[in-house]
Amino acid sequence: MRRVLAWGLLLALLAAPGAGAVEPGEMLSNTVLEARAQAIGKELRCLVCQNESIEDSGADLAHDLRVLLRQRLAAGDTDQQAIQYIVDRYGDFVLLKPPVEPATWVLWFSPFAILILGGAGIWLYLRRRGTGMVSGDRPLTPEEQRELDRLLHEDQ
Amino acid sequence: MNFRRAFFLLPLVLFLVLAAYFWRGLSPDYDPQTLPSAMIDKPEPVFSLATLGNSGALTTDDMKGQVVLVNFFASWCVPCREEHATLMQFARDNAVPLYGIAYKDKPADAAKFLQSLGDPYKRVGLDESGRTGIDFGVYGVPETYAIDRQGRIRWRHVGPLDANAVAKELNPLLRELGAS
Repeated sequence: MRRVLAWGLLLALLAAPGAGAVEPGEMLSNTVLEARAQAIGKELRCLVCQNESIEDSGADLAHDLRVLLRQRLAAGDTDQQAIQYIVDRYGDFVLLKPPVEPATWVLWFSPFAILILGGAGIWLYLRRRGTGMVSGDRPLTPEEQRELDRLLHEDQ
Repeated sequence: MNFRRAFFLLPLVLFLVLAAYFWRGLSPDYDPQTLPSAMIDKPEPVFSLATLGNSGALTTDDMKGQVVLVNFFASWCVPCREEHATLMQFARDNAVPLYGIAYKDKPADAAKFLQSLGDPYKRVGLDESGRTGIDFGVYGVPETYAIDRQGRIRWRHVGPLDANAVAKELNPLLRELGAS
């Protein structure tokens, strides 16, 4: 019984959504707006810690930005407008997912370029090794074929 | 054959590219945490702040038509103490108005800070909510902004201002803007 309880507790903990750093006092009473604010907040970088979203960060600035974001949404901003408001002040760096534009092409497409280059390299290597193993393209002479057959059937 | 030879050069090319990146990263002036400002060449945000010593509101209009510096500081900020001597020296050497904005600081604490270390500022605005800081794109005090006669932000320095940054960046800019 105790074991069942322990497992139940563990599962409940695992199933609970990540709480983030949002404090109860910051949340909007309107659950739809609050959900939108949390979704946007997960996409915005905390500029103090730089590798956490403002939803996850305990930094003061992250708190201020969460409150600001909720005020913008409550005032009737669309998601896009609210994000733009913060991007206008802090630049594209505040977006955890950078936009695809010429300056970020290397960032977005270099993994695929490296995959293609590496794949081509492996393909070339394997092809060359494959042909290298056969001594020329000449078929076996009748003597060689007889010798091969003899060796293959020696045990029988 | 040429292709194969080029293939052997690939590691060398990669090495040189990486070496260039690492060389830049090792430079003592390079701080990977420093972010470029999105506000450069944009108009100074509109604000109206209560001031230390109740000298009326400090507003964007007070800075119109002249080259000014705006310095965000706070009494709780350790690097701000480090930079304070540089600001004092700057105020002695320059006629350029230096405005202070106390970022998320209690007025009494900011006043005590300036009493004990000296007050280099023409006036000090109080940004207790931090909202003016956000409008400037401040992500950590101290930060210093230079604003031109047209009211556009021309320069931003993150972290404590030192004599080196003043000599190498700020003074040439002020000369270019015709302020000194």
